[in-house]
Amino acid sequence: MRRQRGTWVRYLLLTLAAAVFAFPFYYMVVGAFQESPTNTPDQLLPTSGWTLDNFAAIDSRINLIGSLGNSLIFTAGVLLGTATFGLLAGYAMARLDFRGRGATWVLMLLVQMVPFQLLMIPLYVQITRGFGLGDTYLGMILPFAINTTAVFIFTQFFRALPQEMFEAARIDGASELRILRSIAVPLVKPALTTVVLVTFIGPWNEFLWPFLITKDATLQPLAVSLANYISNVAQSTANPNGAILAGATTLAFPVVILFCLFQRYFTASNIGSAVKG
Amino acid sequence: MSTASGELRTTRQRWWGRQPIGTLFALPYLVFVLAIFAYPLGFAVYIAFHDYYFTAPGVDVPKPFVGFDNFAAVLTDPQVLEAFRNIGVFLVINVPLTVVLSLVLATALNAGIRWAAAYRIAFYVPYLTASVSLVGVWMLLFSSGGLVNAVLGPLAPDPSWLVSSTLAMPTIALFVTWKQLGFYILLYLAALQSVPRELHESAETDGANAWQRFRNVTVPGVRATTVLVLVLAIITGANLFTEPYLLTNGGGPDGASVTPVLLIYQRGIQQQNPDTAAAIGMLLVIVVGVLSLAANRINRER
Repeated sequence: MRRQRGTWVRYLLLTLAAAVFAFPFYYMVVGAFQESPTNTPDQLLPTSGWTLDNFAAIDSRINLIGSLGNSLIFTAGVLLGTATFGLLAGYAMARLDFRGRGATWVLMLLVQMVPFQLLMIPLYVQITRGFGLGDTYLGMILPFAINTTAVFIFTQFFRALPQEMFEAARIDGASELRILRSIAVPLVKPALTTVVLVTFIGPWNEFLWPFLITKDATLQPLAVSLANYISNVAQSTANPNGAILAGATTLAFPVVILFCLFQRYFTASNIGSAVKG
Repeated sequence: MSTASGELRTTRQRWWGRQPIGTLFALPYLVFVLAIFAYPLGFAVYIAFHDYYFTAPGVDVPKPFVGFDNFAAVLTDPQVLEAFRNIGVFLVINVPLTVVLSLVLATALNAGIRWAAAYRIAFYVPYLTASVSLVGVWMLLFSSGGLVNAVLGPLAPDPSWLVSSTLAMPTIALFVTWKQLGFYILLYLAALQSVPRELHESAETDGANAWQRFRNVTVPGVRATTVLVLVLAIITGANLFTEPYLLTNGGGPDGASVTPVLLIYQRGIQQQNPDTAAAIGMLLVIVVGVLSLAANRINRER
């Protein structure tokens, strides 16, 4: 009897919490398609007033498609750098004995500990003034180009493969490059999926760095142009709420879809530091 | 002949390792870390101890060493002190809420429940979604004429949440708790699996009720994770930028929700004083380090 009551309390607690967690998303998606998003509780289940105008409204001010394209280029650049150089580094750390291995390991740990905010000013000086990469895609991508968490994931993956596979290839006289190409890379797919998912959310959601480095609105990713809309344009617009929610939905949608499709690939240990940078 | 070349080979191996090509494989990553993390880290320290300012490209003006002057300027600046105080307010609300709620919800989820995956998704999605999106939604929900005030009716605070100097920082703390909680729930879920079931069972046979079992078996069993959650929550709290920038319109009202990172941006980039900005950055890292050590300490002593 008492146990039963405990179960009820548990379900009640979880359902209540889940409702609090899900409600802002419901409000965001419904509001994005409403002529005027409601501010009163009795209109939370609208039956009429559906429209796509909000998307047109925000598109006319921040160029939704262009911003999405910039987000995509930014994210793709980071993914490309991480998938190639991160894979190489992870493979070397896991499977090869070479000069500088210990030092690389120490650096990997160091990167996890240094907060990006401390590096913000020197990186800004270095990349805009030193390299002259302000207002470029490269300048946007560079600080995130190789995700260290991804290097850890690759390292763990290659370490878990049986040693005999690599030894046998070496005894057969295969070169290290060939072992990498014909054994390591073809096997990497599961690790690569995790890496892509974990790496994707970092640059896609990133606001601070692209905000610092881009003055040119045609280069800004969606997170930055939406933020500009919220902080500057919205005040001078008659009814900005629907447009804000339409922009927020557009920015949130790809990640939510990816997460729901690939739920099992997301684990706590992977994602923690990926988002950190 | 063969022994000589063999010897040469072992010395070379000892220096370069058995697969020297590994250095080449790791090189892009090494160069990246040195250029993007190690060098700027040293540069940050350099800027903080010099009278550093931006000049036109190609112009080389002396940037003299000024010792602790930048730190002295920062520590006597009332706005900087307010920013650190605001972080204090944030942490006092956010950290206990985060630890208690994530542990309680993870325990409930762990008890073998139907639709566990659906609950997990609901808790986790805010963590994965861009801050900018969610800030936009919260801004509307918590605005003066927003849904939250409409529900509260006469209980709605005046001035409203985001424009009240006493409520702005607590609202940000609530927002961040909500956004990050899913991640901490996952951390606790992983930790709870390693608490031996026998401990719960034997406590139950000894007549311990659910609360006593939670208090005396679950809480001590996940202590290491609690330290991790505390440290991560402190780091996240200390690094607030997007929330005060957008949610309270640049640290408003009247600086009541200004944060150190927002100040670093305003001082370093908007007002072109990278030296004081770098000093604020170093102070922030020191404060975070001390708080994290303290969190670790408290937990070990209990």
